[in-house]
Amino acid sequence: MIRRVKKRYLALKIESVESFEEEDIKDAVWNAVTQLFGEYGASQAGLFWVNYDRQRKEAVLRCSHKALEMIHASIVSVTKIGDKPVAMHVLRVSGTLRALKKKLKDDSLI
Amino acid sequence: MTKFVDLHLCAPFRNVEQLRKMVKKCFELGYRLVGIPLPPMIELDEVERLRKICSEAGLDLVSRLDITPKSANELLASLRRLRRKFEVVSVLCASKTIARQAAKDRRVDVLSFPVAKPRNRFFDSAEAELASASSSSLEIDMASLLSLEGFLRIRLISSLRREVAIAKSFHVPVVISSGTTNEYLLRGPHDYSALAMLFDMDSSLAFSALSEVPLSIVERNRLKLSPDFVAPGLRVVRRRDP
Repeated sequence: MIRRVKKRYLALKIESVESFEEEDIKDAVWNAVTQLFGEYGASQAGLFWVNYDRQRKEAVLRCSHKALEMIHASIVSVTKIGDKPVAMHVLRVSGTLRALKKKLKDDSLI
Repeated sequence: MTKFVDLHLCAPFRNVEQLRKMVKKCFELGYRLVGIPLPPMIELDEVERLRKICSEAGLDLVSRLDITPKSANELLASLRRLRRKFEVVSVLCASKTIARQAAKDRRVDVLSFPVAKPRNRFFDSAEAELASASSSSLEIDMASLLSLEGFLRIRLISSLRREVAIAKSFHVPVVISSGTTNEYLLRGPHDYSALAMLFDMDSSLAFSALSEVPLSIVERNRLKLSPDFVAPGLRVVRRRDP
């Protein structure tokens, strides 16, 4: 029997003076994953974009729980999009989208 | 709650606005203690002013001195002159003789190695043995890992992996710090812990390199610099009223 693949949801904060298109952010993360872990590593990540809020500069993405550290390291290694300096921080990680939203809501209340 | 430390925040201390911005960012990322490298001849008033700016942002300032000596004798002279003025002393080891002298000197807290020249990273087993005996730590600046690209980054990761393995086997404490002048290269402790897996550092070791190890260095030195300190294990607890 094939075992269910466990997933992790990550909430990201993109820090930059500019605001970027969703495609730019996606490309930056994919490039970082392939630069650090290669195409073989990227193929194991199970990376999927859930949503991107351009106003708040926040994004949510999903990956395989086995690739969590790999994806986390790749995300924080992004320092530029095009020529613009950028910093990406992982705000929260959770096993379900609902729990992630709850954690983010709790954080904003503090 | 874990108290995270960034022992090497290269904030421009003369530019107050930029300094405020960077220490505020550090607080937001979860740090509670920051070490800012200061010039050797800094006035005490200036340090107090920086301490006030940091405390307004919710951070505790650690005064740090980065020594880049040209010879072992110059290192000894600088240590003799400046050790008691700063809470943390770091030595950038540009040659093997400097690296060996710094590793065996108990007055040196942190050993760092040039990033640009991997051949000049002298942290081998002999260096680790000396560092372990004198309680010096190995410092890893994450800014270089973030800013380098391609072949240079591959070489740096490979060197760091070898150095961390040596440090582990000789029980040399490792300190992870940002080492950045640019706020876009600042990352939170969890982010650094994820990046540390690139050079085979597990998360517990990475968190200890971001909190327990730098905290113990700062506490040890603050105790030594306090007027009540007499010798290791001996301090004044009460004085007779004059």
